Amino acid sequence: MTFSGEFLAFILLALVAISGGVLLLNLTKVVHMVVALVFTFISIAGIYILLSAEFLAVVQVLIYSGAISIIMLFGIMLTKHNDEEEATAKGGKWRKAFLLLGVLAFGAVFYAGIYNLDFGSTPVALHENNAEQIGISLFSDYVIPFELMSVLLLVAFVGAIVLSKKDEEKEGEKE
Amino acid sequence: MNGVPVSAYLALALILFCIGLYGALTKRNTIIVLISIELMLNAVNINLITFSKMGIAPSITGQIFAVFVIAVAAAEVAVGIAILLALYRNRKTVNIDEMNELKH
Repeated sequence: MTFSGEFLAFILLALVAISGGVLLLNLTKVVHMVVALVFTFISIAGIYILLSAEFLAVVQVLIYSGAISIIMLFGIMLTKHNDEEEATAKGGKWRKAFLLLGVLAFGAVFYAGIYNLDFGSTPVALHENNAEQIGISLFSDYVIPFELMSVLLLVAFVGAIVLSKKDEEKEGEKE
Repeated sequence: MNGVPVSAYLALALILFCIGLYGALTKRNTIIVLISIELMLNAVNINLITFSKMGIAPSITGQIFAVFVIAVAAAEVAVGIAILLALYRNRKTVNIDEMNELKH
């Protein structure tokens, strides 16, 4: 395998993404974990550019490393955390070890399936007018899922407002 | 033809998915569990976009699916944080072990 620029960029982005994930598992403060995840999200946007999905890379930066991280940070600020993860109960260590073993077995099984996969497909011009291609496909073949998605987003936002609203009248009745 | 083989992208997605799965199963803070689920969804998105470029039948459809997955993930995060805040207002905890109202 030659060390092309694409390969070098892939290695760098993958390293940043994976180290962000590992930091998520190992840091102790909650805010630091979310900031580590922002690095992962941004490098995943870089991976999207390597895979000739420029529109999705921009969407990833806007939604994941912008909106979702900020929502998570608000969730952290509005709740109280005992920052240090206290020593877990007695069964905690064994449970973690078994879960790690299970996840590693899962990863090994899937890696055995993909490690020398190659479809040998002919490349298509996904990077030329990427947003235009997505728009044409979205509004011709996938109109109905698109409209359903608008309904889903409306339901989710109304539901979020209703769930997180303070119900003061009810508390007043109780007392 | 291509500098990076398809298996490298799939392996990266697999590693990220495993990290997210382990975090979602072991962490006790509800916000970290939610954000681990986001990491798993991101790994799925990498797979979709990889197959949309280098799969058996490469086309733009994989990217369309990734757009839908991102929209659903955003809705899920909004509802998840709302449920978390409502639970915190009642129980004063974000510890996932103590959220067991539906158990009995």
